[in-house]
Amino acid sequence: MKYIDEFRDGDIARKISARLAEEVQPERQYSFMEFCGGHTHAISRYGIAGMLPPNVRMVHGPGCPVCVLPIGRIDLAIKLALEFGVIVCTYGDTMRVPASNSLSLVKAKARGGDIRMVYSAADALEVARQNPEREVVFFAIGFETTTPPTALAIRDAQRAQLKNFSVLCCHVLTPSAITHILESPEVRQYGTVPIDGFVGPAHVSIVIGSQPYEHFSDEYRKPVVIAGFEPLDVMQAVLMLVRQVNEGRAEVENEFSRVVSRGGNLQAQALVSEIFELRTTFEWRGLGEVPYSALKIRPSYAQFDAECRFDLSYQPVADNKACECGAILRGVKKPTDCKIFGTVCTPENPVGSCMVSSEGACAAHYSYGRFRDIPVVVESI
Amino acid sequence: MSPVKKAYIRPLDIRHGCIDMGHGAGGRSAAQLIEELFLAAFDNEFLRQGNDGAVFAPPPLPAGARLVMATDGHVVSPLFFPGGDVGCLSVHGTVNDVAMSGAKPLYLTASFILEEGYPLADLKRIVDSMALAAREAGVPVITGDTKVVERGKGDGVFISTTGLGVVAPGVDIAGSNARPGDVVLLSGTIGEHGVAVLSQRESLEFETTIQSDTCALHTLVAAMLLAAPGDVRVLRDPTRGGLATTLNEVARQSRAGMMLEESAIPVLPEVDAACELLGLDPLYIANEGKLIAICAPEAADAVLAAMRAHPQGRAAARIGVVTEDAHHFVQMNTRFGGRRVVDWLSGEQLPRIC
Repeated sequence: MKYIDEFRDGDIARKISARLAEEVQPERQYSFMEFCGGHTHAISRYGIAGMLPPNVRMVHGPGCPVCVLPIGRIDLAIKLALEFGVIVCTYGDTMRVPASNSLSLVKAKARGGDIRMVYSAADALEVARQNPEREVVFFAIGFETTTPPTALAIRDAQRAQLKNFSVLCCHVLTPSAITHILESPEVRQYGTVPIDGFVGPAHVSIVIGSQPYEHFSDEYRKPVVIAGFEPLDVMQAVLMLVRQVNEGRAEVENEFSRVVSRGGNLQAQALVSEIFELRTTFEWRGLGEVPYSALKIRPSYAQFDAECRFDLSYQPVADNKACECGAILRGVKKPTDCKIFGTVCTPENPVGSCMVSSEGACAAHYSYGRFRDIPVVVESI
Repeated sequence: MSPVKKAYIRPLDIRHGCIDMGHGAGGRSAAQLIEELFLAAFDNEFLRQGNDGAVFAPPPLPAGARLVMATDGHVVSPLFFPGGDVGCLSVHGTVNDVAMSGAKPLYLTASFILEEGYPLADLKRIVDSMALAAREAGVPVITGDTKVVERGKGDGVFISTTGLGVVAPGVDIAGSNARPGDVVLLSGTIGEHGVAVLSQRESLEFETTIQSDTCALHTLVAAMLLAAPGDVRVLRDPTRGGLATTLNEVARQSRAGMMLEESAIPVLPEVDAACELLGLDPLYIANEGKLIAICAPEAADAVLAAMRAHPQGRAAARIGVVTEDAHHFVQMNTRFGGRRVVDWLSGEQLPRIC
């Protein structure tokens, strides 16, 4: 595949791997967080962890939008389907996220909920057009990448004066989550966060640009290298981070310059700010309440806001006490440090956020990398 | 002109007619449906007898031969897809299940569950396709059943088929037979069936030239067994769950591990591109015309040559080896140069969000 295979070339990967081995300082430990689930996926799928020097550790951050969706939010979507009888449309991998009472959207569908997998917000809008007698709610999740299409769907719904379409908005913001990882009260609880730099998001940065990360390099002295989701992008970004650390630099560098600019996509940003405003706080699965980390629909578009339309009130649901996701997402612990990893908590039965999607830290390690730390003892629940 | 009037005044209106509850009620219209549609398509001496079951003498079995019986339900959506439909799929699927025991398939049975309102014209297309597949495979459908469910309680057409076959003496094929050091062979490119079906799904329709690979594999199996009698240990067709899940099943049954080479696994560029677009992994996509074989290392070249000499195995490849592994991991050296576990499919493979 043109424009894809070039970024998956094994010969170049081996050269970068050799260069990394030469340049890392043997006495030093390097810990880099890849924020995005897309990077976690690439690292796992291509076996990149094994191609890095042993003293370079990748920490899988909270950038999997499915993983960080709190239980209470899924409960709201299920309530809409089962109690209000609306058609709930959502992205595919949201369907399996565990909710309260051993439910998920897949299981709620089996119980009679009209829950449909869609590939875009526009598809959800089309479902509303085709079912004028039914209420249709788009359960909108994701980071800055999926927010503009949701905004567009709301604007189109308003222009078409659609009366049966609304959005359960759960869009979250990348920079706020990174800030939270660096300075939340939990950081004091866990001690210093052992992160020497960030592999910055790929698709998110196409929308918001590289500028928002300058805060982290300036204020926290953490280098950021924005990278694409292809495996060579990730390896090159790690090499660039190693060089910054070795040279004592903390800058925002852009490995993904083929699509990311400093300012980002201004048209998309304008559309998003027309439709959405900041929430003062939002619960993230695994991270807890994170201030100013999510979006809600502006009052001028309230008729398209499912929370207003159905008078929904959010009820937080605590994660399992044994779950170590909070520490894992901050890089303080590894998946295997959690005592329920691979035993009670598995991809078939995820207990914590990191096990929910293959892009989550624990699920990625379980599905792609657990041969490194066998034996895994499988116990019944 | 015959002085005897035909039993039915008016033949089935296949062009405009639909299945109604009467077609499943066992009365005249049910008999008419069976005679004009099913018997006309599948015609053979057993069906012509018109009994509820097919009575036949067992084939002459040499000492040590065994019978194999396999059954499979076919519920594909949509019912028609590039390269096939639920009809031919229901023949190929069961013929292949029988063949994966190293058997020669002999007979099939078919059970149809039809939804009220389903167009007779579409049903005829499906039945004709099924009959053609059975004739091409040389495996007749010798008895069957038809039921009709109310509108909304089915998905058009469900077909269950059962196959009967004979395993020759000395052939011992089972999922538990893989041994460390054995070679893993794959008969061709993976993922075509799953991608062809996905391309027709509502809300996902995309243009593609990819055709389902659905076909009956028993002659390929016969050629392989002839090339290395006694040395083919495992045969399996990687259908639902794809190559990855099939190999995990075999690893668990055989209490062994596997090490695959990603660069050796053949995937068509179009399949690769479609998977890339949808965020899916070809290793987990369904196939309906491919098989994996695990054989003794000394026989691998002969079996591979026999596969490549057969039209269904032209792109056959040696994709890995069986390893000693108490954890039964299927692992893979990636084309990129890394190593990873190729795990069981967890739930349904769903497109990633971004």
